[in-house]
Amino acid sequence: MADQMTVPVGAVPAAGPAERRRRLWRRFRRRPMPMTGLVLVAAFLLLALVGPLVTGDPVTQDYAATLAPPSAAHPMGTDDLGRDALARIASGARISLQAGVLSTLVAMAAGIPIGLLAGFYRRWLDPLVGRLVDVTLAFPFLVFAVGLAAIIGPSLTGVVLALGFAQLPAVIRITRGEVLAIKEMDYVSAAIADGATDGHILLRYVLPNCAGPLIVQATVAIPTAIIGEATLSFLGLGVQPPTPSWGVMLTVAQQYLDVAPWLAIWPGVLIALATLGFNLLGDGLRDVLDPRSGL
Amino acid sequence: MSLLDVTDLTVGFDTEDGHVHAVKEISFSLEEGEILALCGESGCGKTVTAMAVPRLLPPHTTRLSGSIRLGGRELTTLPEPLMRQVRGSEVSVVFQEPMTSLNPSFTVGFQIAEVLRRHENLSRAAARGRAVELLELVGIPAPAQRIKEYPHQLSGGMRQRVMIAIAVACSPRVLIADEPTTALDVTIQAGVLDVFRDLRDRLGTAIILITHDLGVVADIADRAVVMYAGRAAEQAPVEELFARPRHPYTLGLMRALPAAAVAGPAGRRRLAEIPGMVPSPLTDPDGCAFHARCPRRQDDCLAARPPLVRHGPAHLAACFHPGHPGEQP
Repeated sequence: MADQMTVPVGAVPAAGPAERRRRLWRRFRRRPMPMTGLVLVAAFLLLALVGPLVTGDPVTQDYAATLAPPSAAHPMGTDDLGRDALARIASGARISLQAGVLSTLVAMAAGIPIGLLAGFYRRWLDPLVGRLVDVTLAFPFLVFAVGLAAIIGPSLTGVVLALGFAQLPAVIRITRGEVLAIKEMDYVSAAIADGATDGHILLRYVLPNCAGPLIVQATVAIPTAIIGEATLSFLGLGVQPPTPSWGVMLTVAQQYLDVAPWLAIWPGVLIALATLGFNLLGDGLRDVLDPRSGL
Repeated sequence: MSLLDVTDLTVGFDTEDGHVHAVKEISFSLEEGEILALCGESGCGKTVTAMAVPRLLPPHTTRLSGSIRLGGRELTTLPEPLMRQVRGSEVSVVFQEPMTSLNPSFTVGFQIAEVLRRHENLSRAAARGRAVELLELVGIPAPAQRIKEYPHQLSGGMRQRVMIAIAVACSPRVLIADEPTTALDVTIQAGVLDVFRDLRDRLGTAIILITHDLGVVADIADRAVVMYAGRAAEQAPVEELFARPRHPYTLGLMRALPAAAVAGPAGRRRLAEIPGMVPSPLTDPDGCAFHARCPRRQDDCLAARPPLVRHGPAHLAACFHPGHPGEQP
């Protein structure tokens, strides 16, 4: 066509998704806080996934060395039953990771569809869902989780479900808010004008475009669930002994704070570092994924 | 029977401030291969009129009466699932904002292919092939590469061409273009208008062009409806309209064109303006809505509403005291 010259091909540099990812990564890498978070999360994942394979059995008891201080044989010392603290820390990391990831998956799997529908069908579904979310958000997170765990029963499955449901209202609220904003976008109007069905608009137009905030929410939900698991297990409502969990280890450790303080220090420090890592990573992702950052 | 017959279309909206009269008793028809311009200033009802055709107005607050017939089929009472099939395949829309009208999460090729898969049940591969052809049709160079790109990689003019490609993908009978060039650079505008002209010539698509730009009307439209405060003020073939405008509002608009600017006292050229404000759409008083701003008004303008009267073949104007046929704008 004659007017092709009015639109120079080179006007916009052709940047593929790979190029965009590279730019995002460069942007991310330059910041110290998100990178610290990434390193901490990577270390946590390594500990949880590889640790239990190399540290030995976390439940083998050695009555010859109970409450032993850190040594070459037991780098983190032993507990009151002579179990190797390092092995229990590594296995506990795996429990923490399971609780964090699985409960977040539960919250996302249930919360995203509810939030999508509530935001999309504002006239009939939203008032109902909105009130329910408001009521549940009125309870402090841990009180809600403790109550649910007490109902479901103490086990890892119980912890995952309790924490998942306790995180549900936040996921619903965030998804709903995103849907309300995206619903007004021109590309949704355009999709309606092209004859798209509601289901199509939700899955192809709304969901992919609210993925950024949901990814960030996941990085907040995982550390919350890690702390939640430790708390529930500490209170006896979560993972049960002898299964090692950082919360269970703290319960035991508090009895021996004066003679074996390291038993409290290791799980305490690791809970703090793991949650800090996820939170720093989440902050970094939020900055990088923010559409207003111009990338 | 025309391709599209809109008869006595009246559209209102229930709002917190009361009932808004957006469009009142508009009638027009559209022939195959015709480009009809709906023009007027912001709030005159041109977009509401056009969007009523594919029923894209908010369903719960819109009060609509009158008849919209596409190829003899009444659209106002068509069940929603059938209406959904009409949208995108028989009636398509190109929106004003190319920068935000494409889904940022998918490539443009995917988005074009999706419409084809939805309405024509094409396979993935066939839809992809058609997407390349469509991008070529709307004048995008290297279409085979472009379909792999995301909207943010394209300029505004390119995106508007992609929007047009999506709109015409299923060969609609009526294409509604809502200010399609307003958000674009002047240099890009002409190219996009050429795309519309080309589509009409090649595919025989009838186009309803919504615009406030009389230059665009003169450039591309066959016929124009000038709207004011929700009503048709004047309707005529474009050459007739520009040669012999009869309604004082049309005359005022044409005097406001930069080309018509007259030399002022200091030697500087000044644009003529139409004094006053558009009446509030919350009320619908008797009499001519343009009365308060009209240089030709007389006492009878306030007493009754001037009906659309024939002033020549296919030339209608709603004025008791129209400009003379010989009067130059």
